[in-house]
Amino acid sequence: MPEDDEDQSPPSDLRSQPPCSPNKSRNCISSSSSQTFPDHVLENVLENVLQFLDSRCDRNAASLVCKLWWKVEGLTRSEVFIGNCYALSPARLTQRFKRVRSLLLKGKPRFADFNLMPPDWGANIAPWVSTMAKAYPWLEKVDLKRMFVTDDDLALLAESFPGFKELILVCCEGFGTSGIAVVANKCRKLKVLDLIESEVTDDEVDWVSCFPEDVTCLESLAFDCVEAPINFKALEGLVGRSPSLRKLRLNRFVSLEELRRLLLLGAPQLTSLGTGSFSRGDQSDEQGPPDYAAAFRACKSVVCLSGFRELMPEYLPAILPVCANLTSLNFSYANISPDMFKPIIHSCHKLQIFWALDSICDEGLQAVAATCKELRELRIFPFDPREDSEGPVSELGLQAISEGCRKLESLLYFCQRMTNAALIAMSHNCPELTVFRLCIMGRHRPDHVTGKAMDEGFGAIVKNCKKLTRLAVSGLLTDQAFRYMGEYGKLIRTLSVAFAGDSDMALRHVLEGCPRLQKLEIRDSPFGDVALRSGMHRYYNMRFVWMSACSLSMGCCKDVARAMPNLVVEVIGSDDDDENREFVETLYMYRSLDGPRKDAPQFVTIL
Amino acid sequence: MAYEKVNELNLKDTELRLGLPGTGQVKEEKEVSCVRSNKRQHQSDNEEESTPPTKTQIVGWPPVRSYRKNNNSVVSYVKVSMDGAPYLRKIDLKTYKNYSELLKELENMFKFTIGEYSEREGYRGSGVVPTYEDKDGDWMLVGDVPWDMFTSSCKRLRIMKGSDALALDSAL
Repeated sequence: MPEDDEDQSPPSDLRSQPPCSPNKSRNCISSSSSQTFPDHVLENVLENVLQFLDSRCDRNAASLVCKLWWKVEGLTRSEVFIGNCYALSPARLTQRFKRVRSLLLKGKPRFADFNLMPPDWGANIAPWVSTMAKAYPWLEKVDLKRMFVTDDDLALLAESFPGFKELILVCCEGFGTSGIAVVANKCRKLKVLDLIESEVTDDEVDWVSCFPEDVTCLESLAFDCVEAPINFKALEGLVGRSPSLRKLRLNRFVSLEELRRLLLLGAPQLTSLGTGSFSRGDQSDEQGPPDYAAAFRACKSVVCLSGFRELMPEYLPAILPVCANLTSLNFSYANISPDMFKPIIHSCHKLQIFWALDSICDEGLQAVAATCKELRELRIFPFDPREDSEGPVSELGLQAISEGCRKLESLLYFCQRMTNAALIAMSHNCPELTVFRLCIMGRHRPDHVTGKAMDEGFGAIVKNCKKLTRLAVSGLLTDQAFRYMGEYGKLIRTLSVAFAGDSDMALRHVLEGCPRLQKLEIRDSPFGDVALRSGMHRYYNMRFVWMSACSLSMGCCKDVARAMPNLVVEVIGSDDDDENREFVETLYMYRSLDGPRKDAPQFVTIL
Repeated sequence: MAYEKVNELNLKDTELRLGLPGTGQVKEEKEVSCVRSNKRQHQSDNEEESTPPTKTQIVGWPPVRSYRKNNNSVVSYVKVSMDGAPYLRKIDLKTYKNYSELLKELENMFKFTIGEYSEREGYRGSGVVPTYEDKDGDWMLVGDVPWDMFTSSCKRLRIMKGSDALALDSAL
């Protein structure tokens, strides 16, 4: 559930003072007053009870009950989630929570993925690793998203935590295969090494050979994003001596033939498989092409399939034996035509998560709609991600999906043409939608049938999808669309806006109407000072606000910074001379318990 | 300004300029950090569609991570060399839909005429043979495999002419 992943309340649990004021004595057990049981007994009882609390939200709530609960919760929280690495300092983390085994940390804002921020902005993991090295020697898991991680950081991590078990790096950068090699070599209890959509430099180090030579604890190894050849023989050896391996995601330097050999080694245990390149090198066929389907027949437990990085389509039918079991299928790196696609999807009745390129066309989506009645999440990426590209999917595909996949919860859809009618239909057909992200790639594009703005379509989505927590809008949108968002989007936590709206009123509707809004990212929209000021009552309750290429003046940003001391207001410049700038290029602001960061680069001005 | 002909190449064709080689109109693509949208873009968009030549590529739009863009390699520039030409050119294979478009472009760029292609005999009659280096490093004759397969496996092009081509011609 997306809600469980996100911090709902402000990080009051991370304040150094407990929340209970001295006057509130009814439920408080203060140490000086007389009571039936000594403190330490109560503490022990609480510890034993609170340790069962897993959910972040529950723990945050529990820590607000009183001083004692706050203290004990801090002792028993073993997994800490920090949604913005600059919201607090590492020192505060280690002061508040004493026995952390697992850290989830997020760094850069999402728009940095699209080159809207210069490199070297920050989000360095280094201070966190060095602080935790002293405070949490028993640390087992680190899960980072959009952080800058160097090889040295990885080396320090590998050295400092002897019991280290899980390293997950999502959308990270700054490290290379040499850093991976150190982790592989030194973390003898490593169960999970997942490198997902990260940029890993090729240091020409044979990291696969660096795993210890005896039996490993590996359960999950994902390196599909590593753009470097690997030592296949070493990989074969590694898979052979990893009896617990359940998830294996290969990179594109593993050929179909090598995949086949790996599957014959370890297929029956695998539940998740990333197939690598899915193409053959130029090998002479001794007795006709090898039977790849046989290798897939051995994959009796595979429910999650991805890869296909350099797909040779004639071999795609080899996966047919596993299709009936699949709950998750990722074709988003493969240019598959509808004719190739339909026979495959026809067998995938249990599919819940499906990612693909738009090369499957509306026709392919219709096939998905006809077969995948259990579909929960659909992501369609553009094969040709340009504004003026052909666009093989449209409202037709979306309409079909809405009619066939009634259980849909999460949608990401790139297209060139859309209609309000399709969105309205989807809003009625798919009441379970919690994530709705539509990207009409041509900017300001209206409903291509009626020529009207896309207001009514998105309006219907926010109105009828009562569970909606995440929304990304596109196409031609007037202030009316935002009026709908403010009126109906009561559960929206994340909102992404680009090239939309007419005036400040649009942003005001959202800031005044969406009480649960946590993450707001806006680009290239005509929102200015009036809008920014209208949200001042909200910014402490939000994780961040990003506004780039809008109409904000430096003066107004300074006013906001002055009025809200616990808000860090970053203005990220561009190449232009600051004096001549009428509007701020990028505003990125977020609440922080420990004031502005000390590692801001030159192009960042903290007001 | 008079353009000299050197080695049968019209230098005007090989002068450096912004724009894709072979296109008559000047098509400029420039990255801008943002597009000011304080005013309604609606009308200007319509204008853009009716006057195609100038198109600005917006940074970070559509919001697809560069990681995905690289993998799908929508743009694939390959070097083109022509025997006897002083320097190489680069073309984007993805801008052509089929072999005849590509060959026509090459003919324009290097000022030659190509013979007729036949599956059995290759290019006959002109002494010019287009070849390409594939993923495995082998030099192949352009035109044998389906177009899509060609664009995904072609690493560079070489237009053979003169004695090399004649030898190839007669050998086939």
